[in-house]
Amino acid sequence: MLDPTMIELSRWQFALTALYHFLFVPLTLGITWILVIMESVYVMTGKEIYRDMTKFWGKLFGINFALGVTTGLTMEFQFGTNWSYYSHYVGDVFGAPLAIEGLMAFFLESTFVGMFFLGWERLSKRQHLMVTFLTALGTNLSALWILVANGWMQNPIGSEFSYETMRMEMTSFVDLVLNPVAQVKFIHTVAAGYVAGSMFVLGISAYYILKGRDLGFAKRSFSVAAGFGLASILSVIVLGDESGYELGDVQKTKLAALESEWVTHEPPAGFTLIGFPDQEAQETHGEIKIPWALGLIATRSLDEEVTGLKDIIRDNEGRIRSGMVAYEYLQRLRAGETTEDNKAMFEKHKQDLGYGLLLKAYTPNVVDATEEQIKLAAKNSIPEVAPLFWTFRIMVAAGFTLLFIFAMAFYYNARRVIEKKRWLLKLALWSIPLPWIAIETGWFVAEFGRQPWAIGEVLPTFLATSSLTTNDLIFSMVGFIGFYTFLLIIEMWLMFHFARKGPSSLHTGRYHFEKAEA
Amino acid sequence: MILDYEILKLIWWLFVGVLLIGFAITDGMDMGVGNLLPFLGKNDDERRVMINTVGPHWDGNQVWLITAGGAIFAAWPAVYAAAFSGFYVAMLLVLFALFFRPVGFDYRSKLGDERWRKAWDWGLFAGGAIPSLVFGVAFGNLILGVPFHLDELLRAHYTGSFFALLNPFALLAGIVSFSLLTMHGGIWLQMRTAGDIADRVIDYIQWTGIVAMAAFALAGLWLMLGIDGYSIISQPAYDALPNPLAKTVAIKAGAWLQNYHDYPLSITFPLLGFGGIALTILLSKANRPGWGFFTSSLGITGVIMTAGTSLFPFIMPSSSQPGSSLTIWDAASSHLTLTVMFWAVVIFLPIVIGYTIWNYRKMWGKLTVEEMQDRFSAY
Repeated sequence: MLDPTMIELSRWQFALTALYHFLFVPLTLGITWILVIMESVYVMTGKEIYRDMTKFWGKLFGINFALGVTTGLTMEFQFGTNWSYYSHYVGDVFGAPLAIEGLMAFFLESTFVGMFFLGWERLSKRQHLMVTFLTALGTNLSALWILVANGWMQNPIGSEFSYETMRMEMTSFVDLVLNPVAQVKFIHTVAAGYVAGSMFVLGISAYYILKGRDLGFAKRSFSVAAGFGLASILSVIVLGDESGYELGDVQKTKLAALESEWVTHEPPAGFTLIGFPDQEAQETHGEIKIPWALGLIATRSLDEEVTGLKDIIRDNEGRIRSGMVAYEYLQRLRAGETTEDNKAMFEKHKQDLGYGLLLKAYTPNVVDATEEQIKLAAKNSIPEVAPLFWTFRIMVAAGFTLLFIFAMAFYYNARRVIEKKRWLLKLALWSIPLPWIAIETGWFVAEFGRQPWAIGEVLPTFLATSSLTTNDLIFSMVGFIGFYTFLLIIEMWLMFHFARKGPSSLHTGRYHFEKAEA
Repeated sequence: MILDYEILKLIWWLFVGVLLIGFAITDGMDMGVGNLLPFLGKNDDERRVMINTVGPHWDGNQVWLITAGGAIFAAWPAVYAAAFSGFYVAMLLVLFALFFRPVGFDYRSKLGDERWRKAWDWGLFAGGAIPSLVFGVAFGNLILGVPFHLDELLRAHYTGSFFALLNPFALLAGIVSFSLLTMHGGIWLQMRTAGDIADRVIDYIQWTGIVAMAAFALAGLWLMLGIDGYSIISQPAYDALPNPLAKTVAIKAGAWLQNYHDYPLSITFPLLGFGGIALTILLSKANRPGWGFFTSSLGITGVIMTAGTSLFPFIMPSSSQPGSSLTIWDAASSHLTLTVMFWAVVIFLPIVIGYTIWNYRKMWGKLTVEEMQDRFSAY
């Protein structure tokens, strides 16, 4: 048996390093397109101020990008170092999009990002614009492949378990790529990144306008961010992730959990605006419901039902029993008793093998599980409801606040009265963290909502770890926390330093602080 | 599926080799520059010149490492699982050292403070030195065999310790990789800088080149005289579904030399290693660094191919339970995955190499201290 503390620490380490990595990725996804927009205007009009905008926001992008690269390395190492059974069990499927990400996306963004920063004197205007575009394209393609991989964890299609090799194997690459969950997640995630990039530029530009500094520079930047941000936040909300939740049983469970939907209601289900989920009692206290709303959000229809958690648990219990049979026949097949009968029985129960593996948390042999153990495994076959319920609501609230800010910013900017709306400028400045709050809680909803699975219905998280010791994990956790804290302090310091200085940091002699000195 | 499973398993051994060689030639050069940075660069301007020779390229170069890792994940999941988790502490040390590079390159010259810049110079040194040493140590341990086994669910269990990895032979292999990459970074600097740095780096190239050759020769002798190799006694057909536990393996003296007996032409690889390094030393002295960089790359190729050929078809032999060893035949992915990944490499790698060449051509030219002082776009 694996050490439970080691498993727990491995999960914490993955969550912390992924959340941390995701502080930097969204800004990169969004701000690179903003740079493309600004530089395109420069190339088309020849106005120098747009080149200065590209360079200045590019400088802030560079500070962010460095940490994105740094922390991204961790993510690739970590599957092998800490999730080695996962790597063996699903590498045949999951490894492919990661390797293609390297070949198709990382090379592109990383090769061109260096020329973006250092190639201004050596490239023609158009060549440099192309370099900026390819950097943006690379970052977004990288998101595509990582979400193909992640989409497969949520909804593992295009693959099958092989008893001969004791792992999942790819059966259709096309299915893997066209996984509907992956598609929805890709749109939702990159659009959220565009919102983060827009809010960053909007908020810092608002700061310059409030200070009355470099107004031409700040207002132009504000315009670009307001337009791009409004389009992006609308995409995030309209093309929300929930549309992917009807696909696959894990997604259904997640939906029921984040809605704290314990029992299946007659369609269309109501949306619980607020309430206090109670995992033990399997009910929600003090809930306030909006009739029909959940059915509409989740199924986009009035007559499809949203399955409640109690029903899901009951179904899962049946699948766990079937999974025990699958495990029994898997052992026979692995021992060389490859009779046709054994194969047929295994095939019949194979789709429940993952549920059988859930019992390994209680008894290593699986087949000797007691009634209580089966009931307990079924009860724990859904994620904890309360954390999901709350993080989902925080994400949605942040999303709608952002919609309000971008709509107002766009409106007053179009009417050219933005300077007078100081309340909005202040709101924009102080709301810079909002997209990050939405994004991090969104990550939590997607990944914590997948529990207890590493790969939905295929591989339980606790089985997926490496065979390490608690001391190994303490060593790496101390290292990560130490390095990451240190790096974050430096990054934030540089970011504030250059954001405060503004375009004067370009040393062109045209901006506020340099003029003041002159 | 145009290609047989058996052929694809072999091709993937070559592909991983190509990616590792690509990594060593490109990113190894950046690491070599990092290794020289605090010693060769006498003042801030000189160190900026050195950093800016790799400034536009280090990030793209690092992707060779990331892609090699991803390719091992996709093509040899069992190796990715066993090696990364088995070498846990060593892997994390490499990772932590690599942390210094992106921030070192990007943040160092953003502020003028001298202590700040010096600190990052040592950070860039660590980001070059630790990985270039540890990768050699890892290869050394593969040649010795790694204490791990697979259980009935094919879960890998490593039973050694971190300090056991730091044995004399593996450290010798670490010296080979460290000195070789330092020489490689040196010849790059000789090619891409003008003036003092280019003159002074020649001595470093001579010394690291000589150390690399001596350590490589010593490791070869040690391998011939004192290290038992691994040999497959029986195994399923080459195109069988991969099952690492289905074969029997014996530990035998001289087994790592078997391939050189069976395929005498493969002796070219170690010769290429020695020849490439020796020519680099001479060409550097003769002030022909362009050709020197080419021969240095050949030397790296020769050394990596020597290690791969000695091990073949093993990737990660197990010293504690030889039957658990991983080979190119039984650690591979499924036929479909290898096929898909084959096409991904065939299509994308030439494109990558194409725009990488464009990138280098655009950023080409010898850098000087004077230029550093008046260029806006520099680290």
